[in-house]
Amino acid sequence: MQSASTTRTPQPRTEQIILFRVSGQTFAISSASVQEVRSVDNIAGMAQDLPDSSIRKVRHSIRRSDRTLYIVNAALHFGLQPQPASLVFFLRRTRTALLIDGIEKMTTMSRLQSLSLAFQGEERNWYRGLTALDQTVIPVVQPAGFLSLEELTLLEAAQLAADTRAIGAETSGVHAQ
Amino acid sequence: MTPAPISVPETAQSFVLIRLGERRFAVPAPQVAELVAPSRIFRFPHKSPEVEGVILRRGRMIPISDISDRLNGKKLSTRRFFLLATRKFAAQLDWIAIPVSGECELITTDMMEAGRNDSPHVAGWLSHSGEVIEVLRLSVLTPGPADRAASVHSHDLVEAVR
Repeated sequence: MQSASTTRTPQPRTEQIILFRVSGQTFAISSASVQEVRSVDNIAGMAQDLPDSSIRKVRHSIRRSDRTLYIVNAALHFGLQPQPASLVFFLRRTRTALLIDGIEKMTTMSRLQSLSLAFQGEERNWYRGLTALDQTVIPVVQPAGFLSLEELTLLEAAQLAADTRAIGAETSGVHAQ
Repeated sequence: MTPAPISVPETAQSFVLIRLGERRFAVPAPQVAELVAPSRIFRFPHKSPEVEGVILRRGRMIPISDISDRLNGKKLSTRRFFLLATRKFAAQLDWIAIPVSGECELITTDMMEAGRNDSPHVAGWLSHSGEVIEVLRLSVLTPGPADRAASVHSHDLVEAVR
Protein backbone atom coordinates (compact mmCIF):
# COMPACT_ATOMS: atom_id res chain seq x y z
CA MET A 1 0.00 0.00 0.00
CA GLN A 2 1.28 3.45 -0.90
CA SER A 3 1.27 6.21 1.64
CA ALA A 4 -0.89 9.26 1.04
CA SER A 5 2.18 11.41 0.49
CA THR A 6 3.39 9.34 -2.45
CA THR A 7 0.03 9.17 -4.21
CA ARG A 8 -0.75 12.87 -3.95
CA THR A 9 -0.52 14.60 -7.31
CA PRO A 10 1.47 17.83 -7.28
CA GLN A 11 -0.66 20.95 -7.39
CA PRO A 12 0.17 23.32 -10.25
CA ARG A 13 1.83 26.56 -9.15
CA THR A 14 -0.61 29.39 -9.28
CA GLU A 15 -0.27 33.14 -9.07
CA GLN A 16 -2.82 35.68 -7.89
CA ILE A 17 -3.51 38.27 -10.54
CA ILE A 18 -5.63 41.37 -10.98
CA LEU A 19 -7.46 41.78 -14.28
CA PHE A 20 -7.74 45.43 -15.19
CA ARG A 21 -9.10 47.45 -18.10
CA VAL A 22 -7.42 50.09 -20.20
CA SER A 23 -9.39 51.56 -23.14
CA GLY A 24 -11.52 48.45 -23.45
CA GLN A 25 -8.55 46.06 -23.39
CA THR A 26 -8.07 43.64 -20.51
CA PHE A 27 -4.64 43.10 -18.99
CA ALA A 28 -3.41 41.11 -16.01
CA ILE A 29 -0.87 42.02 -13.36
CA SER A 30 0.46 39.97 -10.49
CA SER A 31 -1.33 41.15 -7.36
CA ALA A 32 2.01 40.92 -5.55
CA SER A 33 3.26 43.74 -7.78
CA VAL A 34 0.53 46.13 -6.71
CA GLN A 35 1.32 47.87 -3.47
CA GLU A 36 -1.76 50.05 -3.34
CA VAL A 37 -4.84 50.96 -5.36
CA ARG A 38 -6.22 54.49 -5.10
CA SER A 39 -8.90 56.39 -6.95
CA VAL A 40 -7.77 59.20 -9.24
CA ASP A 41 -9.85 61.70 -7.25
CA ASN A 42 -8.03 60.62 -4.13
CA ILE A 43 -4.58 61.51 -5.44
CA ALA A 44 -5.53 64.56 -7.50
CA GLY A 45 -4.42 67.03 -4.84
CA MET A 46 -1.09 65.27 -4.27
CA ALA A 47 0.07 65.02 -7.89
CA GLN A 48 2.59 67.50 -9.22
CA ASP A 49 2.55 68.72 -12.83
CA LEU A 50 5.59 67.91 -14.96
CA PRO A 51 5.29 70.52 -17.74
CA ASP A 52 8.80 69.79 -19.00
CA SER A 53 8.19 66.07 -19.40
CA SER A 54 9.09 64.90 -22.89
CA ILE A 55 7.50 61.53 -22.16
CA ARG A 56 3.96 61.83 -23.47
CA LYS A 57 2.53 59.12 -21.22
CA VAL A 58 3.81 60.87 -18.05
CA ARG A 59 2.43 64.30 -17.16
CA HIS A 60 2.46 64.12 -13.35
CA SER A 61 4.47 62.78 -10.47
CA ILE A 62 3.57 62.03 -6.89
CA ARG A 63 5.62 61.88 -3.67
CA ARG A 64 5.27 58.66 -1.69
CA SER A 65 7.27 58.73 1.57
CA ASP A 66 10.78 59.60 0.37
CA ARG A 67 10.33 58.63 -3.28
CA THR A 68 8.98 60.31 -6.37
CA LEU A 69 6.74 58.11 -8.49
CA TYR A 70 5.78 58.94 -12.05
CA ILE A 71 2.13 58.63 -13.04
CA VAL A 72 2.03 56.65 -16.27
CA ASN A 73 -1.05 56.76 -18.46
CA ALA A 74 -1.45 53.07 -19.36
CA ALA A 75 -3.51 53.81 -22.48
CA LEU A 76 -0.77 56.02 -23.95
CA HIS A 77 1.89 53.51 -22.91
CA PHE A 78 0.15 50.75 -24.92
CA GLY A 79 -0.75 53.06 -27.81
CA LEU A 80 -4.48 52.88 -27.07
CA GLN A 81 -7.07 55.63 -27.28
CA PRO A 82 -7.04 57.23 -23.82
CA GLN A 83 -10.24 57.27 -21.80
CA PRO A 84 -10.82 58.94 -18.46
CA ALA A 85 -8.88 56.88 -15.92
CA SER A 86 -10.45 56.15 -12.58
CA LEU A 87 -7.83 54.19 -10.63
CA VAL A 88 -4.12 54.28 -9.92
CA PHE A 89 -1.97 51.23 -9.18
CA PHE A 90 1.13 51.99 -7.15
CA LEU A 91 3.52 49.34 -8.35
CA ARG A 92 5.88 47.72 -5.89
CA ARG A 93 9.64 48.00 -6.50
CA THR A 94 9.18 50.45 -9.39
CA ARG A 95 8.83 54.23 -9.79
CA THR A 96 5.51 53.79 -11.56
CA ALA A 97 2.00 54.76 -10.56
CA LEU A 98 -0.24 53.39 -13.28
CA LEU A 99 -3.42 55.12 -14.46
CA ILE A 100 -6.04 52.56 -15.46
CA ASP A 101 -9.74 52.61 -16.31
CA GLY A 102 -10.88 50.01 -13.79
CA ILE A 103 -10.45 46.61 -12.19
CA GLU A 104 -12.37 43.66 -13.57
CA LYS A 105 -11.61 41.06 -10.93
CA MET A 106 -8.97 39.20 -8.99
CA THR A 107 -8.28 35.64 -10.00
CA THR A 108 -5.48 33.08 -10.24
CA MET A 109 -3.47 31.95 -13.22
CA SER A 110 -1.85 28.56 -13.35
CA ARG A 111 0.10 28.99 -16.56
CA LEU A 112 2.09 31.85 -18.01
CA GLN A 113 3.29 31.31 -21.56
CA SER A 114 6.28 33.40 -22.51
CA LEU A 115 5.80 35.69 -25.47
CA SER A 116 6.39 34.00 -28.83
CA LEU A 117 9.56 35.00 -30.66
CA ALA A 118 7.29 36.34 -33.40
CA PHE A 119 6.84 39.35 -31.14
CA GLN A 120 9.94 41.46 -31.58
CA GLY A 121 8.84 44.96 -30.59
CA GLU A 122 8.54 46.90 -27.36
CA GLU A 123 5.98 44.36 -26.18
CA ARG A 124 8.86 42.12 -25.12
CA ASN A 125 9.44 44.65 -22.31
CA TRP A 126 5.75 45.30 -21.71
CA TYR A 127 4.67 41.75 -20.99
CA ARG A 128 5.86 38.84 -18.89
CA GLY A 129 3.84 36.64 -21.21
CA LEU A 130 0.32 35.53 -21.98
CA THR A 131 -2.19 33.58 -19.98
CA ALA A 132 -5.46 31.94 -20.94
CA LEU A 133 -8.46 32.45 -18.67
CA ASP A 134 -11.94 31.21 -19.57
CA GLN A 135 -10.87 30.59 -23.18
CA THR A 136 -9.60 34.17 -23.49
CA VAL A 137 -6.01 35.26 -23.99
CA ILE A 138 -4.80 37.96 -21.62
CA PRO A 139 -1.40 39.66 -21.66
CA VAL A 140 0.32 39.72 -18.27
CA VAL A 141 2.13 43.02 -17.81
CA GLN A 142 5.69 43.46 -16.64
CA PRO A 143 5.63 46.05 -13.81
CA ALA A 144 9.16 47.21 -14.58
CA GLY A 145 8.31 47.63 -18.26
CA PHE A 146 6.31 50.85 -17.97
CA LEU A 147 9.35 53.11 -17.67
CA SER A 148 12.72 52.42 -19.19
CA LEU A 149 15.96 53.67 -17.68
CA GLU A 150 16.18 56.34 -20.39
CA GLU A 151 12.64 57.50 -19.68
CA LEU A 152 13.38 57.64 -15.95
CA THR A 153 16.44 59.79 -16.61
CA LEU A 154 14.37 62.24 -18.68
CA LEU A 155 11.64 62.29 -16.05
CA GLU A 156 14.12 63.00 -13.27
CA ALA A 157 15.31 66.05 -15.23
CA ALA A 158 11.71 67.18 -15.72
CA GLN A 159 11.05 66.63 -12.00
CA LEU A 160 14.11 68.70 -11.08
CA ALA A 161 12.89 71.54 -13.32
CA ALA A 162 9.42 71.36 -11.74
CA ASP A 163 10.90 71.37 -8.20
CA THR A 164 13.15 74.33 -9.02
CA ARG A 165 10.19 76.23 -10.43
CA ALA A 166 8.10 75.44 -7.34
CA ILE A 167 10.88 76.59 -4.97
CA GLY A 168 11.29 79.77 -7.04
CA ALA A 169 7.56 80.48 -6.84
CA GLU A 170 7.57 79.89 -3.07
CA THR A 171 10.58 82.16 -2.59
CA SER A 172 9.06 84.96 -4.65
CA GLY A 173 5.86 84.52 -2.63
CA VAL A 174 7.83 84.98 0.61
CA HIS A 175 9.57 88.09 -0.77
CA ALA A 176 6.23 89.54 -1.83
CA GLN A 177 4.95 89.15 1.74
CA MET B 1 2.72 -13.49 -52.46
CA THR B 2 4.54 -10.70 -50.73
CA PRO B 3 3.85 -7.26 -52.22
CA ALA B 4 6.86 -5.54 -53.66
CA PRO B 5 8.21 -2.88 -51.31
CA ILE B 6 7.60 0.65 -52.45
CA SER B 7 10.92 2.22 -53.15
CA VAL B 8 11.30 5.81 -52.05
CA PRO B 9 14.47 7.61 -53.08
CA GLU B 10 16.74 8.29 -50.12
CA THR B 11 16.60 11.99 -50.73
CA ALA B 12 12.82 12.13 -50.81
CA GLN B 13 11.20 14.20 -48.08
CA SER B 14 7.64 14.93 -47.09
CA PHE B 15 6.10 18.31 -47.74
CA VAL B 16 2.75 19.91 -47.13
CA LEU B 17 1.49 21.84 -50.12
CA ILE B 18 -0.44 24.93 -49.15
CA ARG B 19 -2.45 27.37 -51.22
CA LEU B 20 -2.08 31.10 -50.73
CA GLY B 21 -4.40 32.85 -53.14
CA GLU B 22 -3.61 31.71 -56.66
CA ARG B 23 -0.26 30.12 -55.83
CA ARG B 24 0.83 26.92 -54.16
CA PHE B 25 3.84 26.63 -51.87
CA ALA B 26 5.42 23.80 -49.91
CA VAL B 27 6.42 23.58 -46.27
CA PRO B 28 8.57 20.70 -44.96
CA ALA B 29 6.11 18.32 -43.31
CA PRO B 30 8.06 17.94 -40.04
CA GLN B 31 7.50 21.65 -39.43
CA VAL B 32 3.75 21.31 -39.75
CA ALA B 33 1.89 20.43 -36.58
CA GLU B 34 -1.72 20.79 -37.53
CA LEU B 35 -4.24 22.31 -39.87
CA VAL B 36 -7.15 23.92 -38.05
CA ALA B 37 -10.29 25.82 -38.92
CA PRO B 38 -10.01 29.57 -38.32
CA SER B 39 -10.92 30.36 -34.76
CA ARG B 40 -11.25 33.48 -32.63
CA ILE B 41 -8.30 35.83 -32.93
CA PHE B 42 -7.23 37.52 -29.73
CA ARG B 43 -5.70 40.94 -30.17
CA PHE B 44 -3.74 43.00 -27.67
CA PRO B 45 -1.38 45.95 -27.98
CA HIS B 46 2.02 45.19 -29.49
CA LYS B 47 4.53 46.66 -31.95
CA SER B 48 5.12 43.71 -34.26
CA PRO B 49 3.21 44.65 -37.42
CA GLU B 50 3.60 41.22 -39.00
CA VAL B 51 1.68 39.62 -36.13
CA GLU B 52 -2.07 39.92 -36.39
CA GLY B 53 -2.98 38.45 -33.02
CA VAL B 54 -2.95 35.05 -31.38
CA ILE B 55 -5.18 32.01 -31.44
CA LEU B 56 -5.71 29.64 -28.56
CA ARG B 57 -5.22 26.02 -29.49
CA ARG B 58 -5.14 23.29 -26.85
CA GLY B 59 -3.98 25.74 -24.23
CA ARG B 60 -1.18 27.09 -26.42
CA MET B 61 -1.27 30.72 -27.58
CA ILE B 62 0.00 30.89 -31.15
CA PRO B 63 0.71 34.11 -33.08
CA ILE B 64 -0.80 34.54 -36.54
CA SER B 65 1.20 35.82 -39.47
CA ASP B 66 -0.22 36.22 -42.97
CA ILE B 67 2.74 35.37 -45.20
CA SER B 68 0.66 35.86 -48.34
CA ASP B 69 1.35 39.56 -48.00
CA ARG B 70 5.06 38.96 -48.54
CA LEU B 71 4.71 36.23 -51.16
CA ASN B 72 1.84 37.56 -53.26
CA GLY B 73 1.87 41.23 -52.36
CA LYS B 74 -1.57 41.13 -50.76
CA LYS B 75 -3.25 39.62 -47.72
CA LEU B 76 -5.53 36.63 -48.15
CA SER B 77 -9.13 37.53 -48.83
CA THR B 78 -10.40 34.05 -47.93
CA ARG B 79 -9.05 32.05 -45.03
CA ARG B 80 -9.92 28.42 -45.05
CA PHE B 81 -7.50 27.07 -42.46
CA PHE B 82 -4.67 28.01 -40.17
CA LEU B 83 -1.55 25.97 -40.75
CA LEU B 84 0.15 25.55 -37.37
CA ALA B 85 3.86 25.23 -37.91
CA THR B 86 7.04 25.33 -35.86
CA ARG B 87 10.20 27.31 -36.42
CA LYS B 88 13.50 26.79 -34.69
CA PHE B 89 15.54 29.72 -33.37
CA ALA B 90 18.78 28.48 -31.79
CA ALA B 91 17.54 25.88 -29.32
CA GLN B 92 14.02 27.28 -29.06
CA LEU B 93 11.06 25.88 -30.93
CA ASP B 94 8.49 28.57 -31.71
CA TRP B 95 4.97 28.14 -33.10
CA ILE B 96 3.26 30.20 -35.76
CA ALA B 97 -0.22 30.06 -37.34
CA ILE B 98 -0.32 30.81 -41.06
CA PRO B 99 -3.65 31.51 -42.79
CA VAL B 100 -4.06 29.45 -45.97
CA SER B 101 -6.77 29.75 -48.57
CA GLY B 102 -7.31 26.20 -49.77
CA GLU B 103 -6.93 22.50 -49.20
CA CYS B 104 -3.51 21.20 -48.21
CA GLU B 105 -1.84 18.11 -49.57
CA LEU B 106 0.91 15.89 -48.19
CA ILE B 107 3.42 14.70 -50.75
CA THR B 108 6.75 12.90 -50.69
CA THR B 109 9.21 13.95 -53.30
CA ASP B 110 12.76 15.10 -53.96
CA MET B 111 13.64 18.69 -53.37
CA MET B 112 16.05 20.68 -55.47
CA GLU B 113 18.15 22.90 -53.22
CA ALA B 114 17.73 26.64 -53.65
CA GLY B 115 20.33 28.43 -55.72
CA ARG B 116 22.37 31.50 -54.89
CA ASN B 117 19.99 33.76 -56.75
CA ASP B 118 16.89 32.56 -54.94
CA SER B 119 15.30 34.69 -52.24
CA PRO B 120 16.30 33.86 -48.65
CA HIS B 121 12.80 32.57 -47.94
CA VAL B 122 13.20 29.83 -50.59
CA ALA B 123 14.65 26.61 -49.19
CA GLY B 124 14.29 24.72 -52.43
CA TRP B 125 12.07 23.74 -55.31
CA LEU B 126 9.68 20.86 -55.98
CA SER B 127 8.23 19.60 -59.18
CA HIS B 128 4.71 18.28 -58.66
CA SER B 129 1.86 17.66 -61.10
CA GLY B 130 3.55 19.73 -63.74
CA GLU B 131 4.00 22.65 -61.38
CA VAL B 132 7.24 24.02 -59.95
CA ILE B 133 6.67 24.89 -56.31
CA GLU B 134 8.75 26.94 -53.86
CA VAL B 135 9.64 25.26 -50.57
CA LEU B 136 9.32 27.95 -47.93
CA ARG B 137 11.75 28.71 -45.17
CA LEU B 138 9.26 29.78 -42.52
CA SER B 139 11.81 31.16 -40.10
CA VAL B 140 12.75 33.76 -42.72
CA LEU B 141 9.22 34.52 -43.90
CA THR B 142 7.57 34.86 -40.53
CA PRO B 143 8.50 37.38 -37.83
CA GLY B 144 11.22 36.37 -35.42
CA PRO B 145 14.63 37.37 -34.04
CA ALA B 146 16.43 39.81 -36.35
CA ASP B 147 19.43 37.59 -37.02
CA ARG B 148 17.27 34.69 -38.13
CA ALA B 149 18.09 34.91 -41.83
CA ALA B 150 21.78 34.41 -41.30
CA SER B 151 21.49 31.76 -38.63
CA VAL B 152 18.88 29.60 -40.29
CA HIS B 153 19.78 29.99 -43.92
CA SER B 154 21.40 26.62 -44.31
CA HIS B 155 20.35 24.79 -41.17
CA ASP B 156 16.64 25.40 -40.93
CA LEU B 157 15.41 22.80 -43.35
CA VAL B 158 17.95 20.22 -42.24
CA GLU B 159 16.86 20.65 -38.62
CA ALA B 160 13.22 20.55 -39.58
CA VAL B 161 13.41 17.24 -41.38
CA ARG B 162 15.69 15.54 -38.89
